[in-house]
Amino acid sequence: MGVEFLYPEYEVIRSTDRCIACRVCERQCANEVHSYSAERGAMISDESKCVNCQRCVSLCPTRALKIVRSDCVLKANANWSNDTIREIYKQANSGGVLLSSMGNPKSMPVYWDRILINASQVTNPPIDPLREPMETRVFLGKKPDRMTRSPDGRLVCDLPPQLELSMPVMFSAMSYGSISYNAHASLARAATELGTYYNTGEGGLHEDFYKYGAHTVVQVASGRFGVHEDYLEAGAAIEIKMGQGAKPGIGGHLPGTKIVGDVSRTRMIPEGSDAISPAPHHDIYSIEDLRQLVYSLKEATEYKKPIIVKVAAVHNIAAIASGIARSGADIIAIDGFRGGTGAAPTRIRDNVGIPIELALASVDRRLRDEGIRNNVSLVVGGSVRSSADVVKAVALGADACYVATAAVLALGCHLCRTCQTGKCNWGIATQRPDLVKRLNPDIGSERLVNLMTAWRREIMELMGGMGINSIEALRGNRLMLRGVGLNEKELEILGISHAGE
Amino acid sequence: MPIKEGQIRIPSGCAIAAVISKEGKRMTGESITNAMKVMHDRSNGLGGGFAGYGIYPEYKDFYALHLFFDSRDTRKTCEAYLKEHFEIVHSEIIPTRKIPEITDEPKIWRYFVAPFRSALADMQLDEKEFVARAVMKINAGMPGAYVFSSGKNMGTFKAVGYPEDVGCFYRLDEYEGYSWTAHGRYPTNTPGWWGGAHPFTLLDYSIVHNGEISSYDANRRFIEMFGYKCTLQTDTEVITYILDYLTRVQGLTLEESANVIAAPFWSTIERESDRSKKERLTFLRTVFPSLLITGPFSVVLGFTGGLMALNDRLKLRSMVVGEKDDKVFISSEEAAIREMEPEAENIWAPAGGEPVIVRVREGAV
Repeated sequence: MGVEFLYPEYEVIRSTDRCIACRVCERQCANEVHSYSAERGAMISDESKCVNCQRCVSLCPTRALKIVRSDCVLKANANWSNDTIREIYKQANSGGVLLSSMGNPKSMPVYWDRILINASQVTNPPIDPLREPMETRVFLGKKPDRMTRSPDGRLVCDLPPQLELSMPVMFSAMSYGSISYNAHASLARAATELGTYYNTGEGGLHEDFYKYGAHTVVQVASGRFGVHEDYLEAGAAIEIKMGQGAKPGIGGHLPGTKIVGDVSRTRMIPEGSDAISPAPHHDIYSIEDLRQLVYSLKEATEYKKPIIVKVAAVHNIAAIASGIARSGADIIAIDGFRGGTGAAPTRIRDNVGIPIELALASVDRRLRDEGIRNNVSLVVGGSVRSSADVVKAVALGADACYVATAAVLALGCHLCRTCQTGKCNWGIATQRPDLVKRLNPDIGSERLVNLMTAWRREIMELMGGMGINSIEALRGNRLMLRGVGLNEKELEILGISHAGE
Repeated sequence: MPIKEGQIRIPSGCAIAAVISKEGKRMTGESITNAMKVMHDRSNGLGGGFAGYGIYPEYKDFYALHLFFDSRDTRKTCEAYLKEHFEIVHSEIIPTRKIPEITDEPKIWRYFVAPFRSALADMQLDEKEFVARAVMKINAGMPGAYVFSSGKNMGTFKAVGYPEDVGCFYRLDEYEGYSWTAHGRYPTNTPGWWGGAHPFTLLDYSIVHNGEISSYDANRRFIEMFGYKCTLQTDTEVITYILDYLTRVQGLTLEESANVIAAPFWSTIERESDRSKKERLTFLRTVFPSLLITGPFSVVLGFTGGLMALNDRLKLRSMVVGEKDDKVFISSEEAAIREMEPEAENIWAPAGGEPVIVRVREGAV
């Protein structure tokens, strides 16, 4: 206790009438909030440790628990918020960089919520997806510029390598290490069943998951953890991670405490050593260097796999993407500033990068202006939260979306934003065996399949309403969108009209 | 001031009709004009037009440019531009008949031209590309001037009015062609601009179209990457450019082009037993996803020596085909076919996405 003491953020409200002291909450809480007091013959709480992950609430058999935000706060101040003051106390105490997890929670504009979708009336019939075919299949990859014919006049049907997706959504990169074995198993199995892809992140690919390789994107990041020939061969595509929306301009840091057992072996680094990926790739200091890595990976895999280059959405994203499109990459993945993370410096997560909606709109336009949109496919992530967001992204010009936060929510994440502690009570962002086993991959993969199936149905309903029966006809179809409450500049960048126009 | 075509996207319903003689026998434009009469209610008087093929045999080696001008000054400016790039072998006012149903006409001229060889060499372009670019340049960059026909030995005639009146106005009974297409328009507002009527043409391609495509902006934004400018914001314009791009630029056949714009469903492709066909269909859908056209349409593409009729893959617009002797008839309604040929046979409705391609016998034109 002292100058930096603040009353805990959350209070544990326990109904003594309902509590039967079964101690489930105590066993479930890796943060050790709950304990049994023999002296008082009752459960007690240390609220200062609570992260509000709702695990105890969910598992309490008598619904005796709830977690509420404490009303013991500092005097209201529109400029100096409680959170800001709290962070100052923390830093004055420790001298450290603040760490956070998951996406930027600040109230910044969410352009998806300022965009509305069209529907057919009178002049053009809506199409009922229950009665008519409705196609959501997407191919990602470079498309040839010129048709060629063999001497007998037949069309030559050779294509550069493509990824075939049953719907325009993939699970984006989350490394084994940042998330658990069971979380990876759930993602891999769901991607396979759905006919889409999941992404290894930069932690390598556990040997048990090579069998899902046809639905796996293997990542090569600046730390090159777990990268070797078999790994590159195992995946359906290779992603070069240049940046991440939650932390543009910096590398990753997986603490040594998470580098245990299989994680250490898969990453090919000693147990207990911190896995620190550098901010840049030290062989890529410019665009021409990127081209070399793209072609090195293509050479290594005999030009059979598309190469994805993933970048964070930053100010100059249109020019950067245009450079990447000319670097030999088959797919560009852009990650917006609201994208999630297992751990990032708070200031970077909350202040660096730009919204994915604007980045996507300007990249798609720039690539078209330069006539090279067909050289690459565009995949966007960084807070795609629903099927409506997917439809809006596709209409703005995306070929497909990357989702990760939505996927971990399906696995049970309650968005408590403390992944960096490694004590995830839901068995997702942890390596503690007792916690990992809480996530059952049979159930996890089923829930992921359910979520994507539901989204796919909703996408088909929205498309049908617009009179569109194939997702290709929606891509870049910005006439299907209108803005509400956006200013002229925002509309200009998004390339859409205002509602009513 | 009301906004005109090109400043706004206007959905419209329509009537279409076409006729072709497989023997290349020439017919006057009278019969196709009469065919549009029976479909009067499918138009609302805000646009009608025709395209005739084989109508300028005396100038068959020259591009026939039909232009609207809003003033004499615009015409002089435009003619100066044409003279810089083309040899003009003949120019004249297109003869019209003054009728009360058609008013407010712009100045309507035609020019029979050939690009200067030196200009072609300078720009390293083939002749068609050169002409196409000149047309785009005038239509996008010269306010008040509009090229509405630019093919060889063919011509488009269009106006604001009912199609049967437009046919009378342009004296189509005095032209003879081996094929004709026609269009009556039902736009949802009143642009009142002649350039907005159909057919829409580029070089010898003309399109008449009924429908409102839901893929419009996806198609437009893709095709504009290749130098096309969709100045009118109409479906017909974008469909014409797509077909020009696929056939002339990419060298696809009409059948292959139809497989792109009205691609079979993936489930149909998967059931295809012919392996090479399956491979080709998969290839075309994968390479040109942005040229898939969705939403209702029936179109007739006119080209030198033939016609192609095509419906959207769900067949959301009516279109029937009939035959009699050497002639093939296409129309939104059977009534129009019966008007042209009461004894027409084999009347059938082509399936969605199934192209009907009719060609004049080789050597007949």
